[in-house]
Amino acid sequence: MSASPDAIVSIRNLSKSYRRGNQVLPVLTGISFDIARGEFVALMGPSGSGKSTLLNLIAGIDSADSGSIKVAGVEITGLSENELARWRAHSVGFIFQFYNLIPVLTAFENVELPLLLTSLSRRERREHVEAVLSVVGLADRMDHYPSQLSGGQQQRVAIARAVVTDPEILVADEPTGDLDRASAEEILKLMDRLVHELGKTIIMVTHDPRAAEKAHLIRHLEKGELSES
Amino acid sequence: MGIPYSYSLRNLWTRRLTTVLTASGMGLVVFVFAATLMLAEGLQQTLVQTGSSDNVVVIRKASNSEVQSGVERDQAALIESQPEVAIGADGNELLAKELVVLINLKKRGSNNPANVVIRGIAAASLDLRPAVHLKVGRLPRPGSAEVIAGESIARRFQGCGLGETLRFGMRDWRVVGIFDAGSTGFSSEIWGDCDQMMQAFRRQVYSSVLFRMKDPGRFDPFKARIESDPRLTVEAKRETRYYLDQSEAMANFLRILGMVLTVVFSIGAVIGATITMYAAVANRVGEIGTLRALGFQRVSILGAFLLEALLLGLCGGVLGVVAASFLQFITISTMNWASFSELAFSFTLTFGIFWKSLVFSLVMGFIGGMLPAVRAARLSIVSALRES
Repeated sequence: MSASPDAIVSIRNLSKSYRRGNQVLPVLTGISFDIARGEFVALMGPSGSGKSTLLNLIAGIDSADSGSIKVAGVEITGLSENELARWRAHSVGFIFQFYNLIPVLTAFENVELPLLLTSLSRRERREHVEAVLSVVGLADRMDHYPSQLSGGQQQRVAIARAVVTDPEILVADEPTGDLDRASAEEILKLMDRLVHELGKTIIMVTHDPRAAEKAHLIRHLEKGELSES
Repeated sequence: MGIPYSYSLRNLWTRRLTTVLTASGMGLVVFVFAATLMLAEGLQQTLVQTGSSDNVVVIRKASNSEVQSGVERDQAALIESQPEVAIGADGNELLAKELVVLINLKKRGSNNPANVVIRGIAAASLDLRPAVHLKVGRLPRPGSAEVIAGESIARRFQGCGLGETLRFGMRDWRVVGIFDAGSTGFSSEIWGDCDQMMQAFRRQVYSSVLFRMKDPGRFDPFKARIESDPRLTVEAKRETRYYLDQSEAMANFLRILGMVLTVVFSIGAVIGATITMYAAVANRVGEIGTLRALGFQRVSILGAFLLEALLLGLCGGVLGVVAASFLQFITISTMNWASFSELAFSFTLTFGIFWKSLVFSLVMGFIGGMLPAVRAARLSIVSALRES
């Protein structure tokens, strides 16, 4: 199976297992698939099916046992730990279920964090942060600490942090899992805008069928194997 | 660029109670550290300020202090005739043949006895010591049983106040004046007429000869000449050197005692800092995972937590030094082991002690924070995110 020319993520024969004592537990077994640029993909499946593991592998925060993962032409399975960290800094945006904002930093400072790993000047960083906070509708909340924001607002700050470096892909692990219906709807609309207006590629793990509905494509994982719906 | 400094600083502020408690523990150790150094410094400064670099003390060879020394009258006369001795405004030599004797006096309040230096002085003694000046009363009349007492002696010993009477050398001595000697060791002495003292204590020899040099730069040839003179069994020291030598043993003892105490205490403080920092790491596992996922490398995490531990140590250092600085208002007295007499001095904070204390607190912070910071840096991203 060869990669399609417009694939931003190309996965081939990917396997991953965990070791518990003497026991080896296979999580992913020989998975191959592509994700096209600008696509919004939902990964669904029961707990323990390996969807978060797959997301972590694509995001370069976990290492595969075998197989290949290419993101925007970069084979990430061969990168060293430090190379992976540098690659993540400019190629991957993370959206977590519990937002994972740093509580002692303001919304502005949280969004600025990934830019500290770039060569941008202080003024350029400020411009970038203000621009993305405006996109997510929180320009007037940039000096607030996470504890002063609602769950939906915190997730919007997290999305601003994820997109501020203009990464190749956005990975979202249950982005609406901790939100009420209305806030979840807002976040999904925002993600939809990121795909349609800014051409972002999103890979989202979710249990929520209403969140999955927003995706262009839903992939099901069951017992380490992938199916499409 | 790494993780911003504000991250470390604000985390300390967020858990300020723990920060203050841990920093207080470290501050106590820094307090002890600074206090012992200040004590040694105060002792040394008191004794060194006692001397003047223009003055020369001549004592018997191999005697470390005036108390152990004896200079024969004929030898004292020979020294008096040396051309290096300066002449005062009154046309007389600026030279004093002095007697130093230790007596036992009872302290006010406690009745505890302590050794006090009695100095038999000559006419030039006060001119040779510009730091000493009469504060109240008058100077003792030559040939009379009158004395003047240093301020710290007058305050702390029975019978030493102005107008009071002391008994020593089988005679009664009236205190006719109180002198101020600044922060020098003379504050802890009682002065009277040298000839009267020699009679009272039945001494045939002086303890020392003190004189001002015409040209202080000619000290070395003078020293070489008189120490090689077969008629003399004396040695000459600049007065500053003489008092520095006296203070060295005691100051070193205090410093070593201080080091031993602080090393033992600092083990406790370092363990405290380690526990605090381990708790900080345990509470922020999710943050560590997030920062690593965003692209910050292990070394950045290590740096952020080490910085936090260093700041914690610095807080302790500042607390300790500020607390120790108040000790400067306290004057204490102890036995000067070189002269076996009571010596009053203050804790003295110098810039050197200030930065040594801060460096010491930073070292404690660094050691305390090292293991937790390494643990933070070694966390796997996936398991850290899972724990959040």
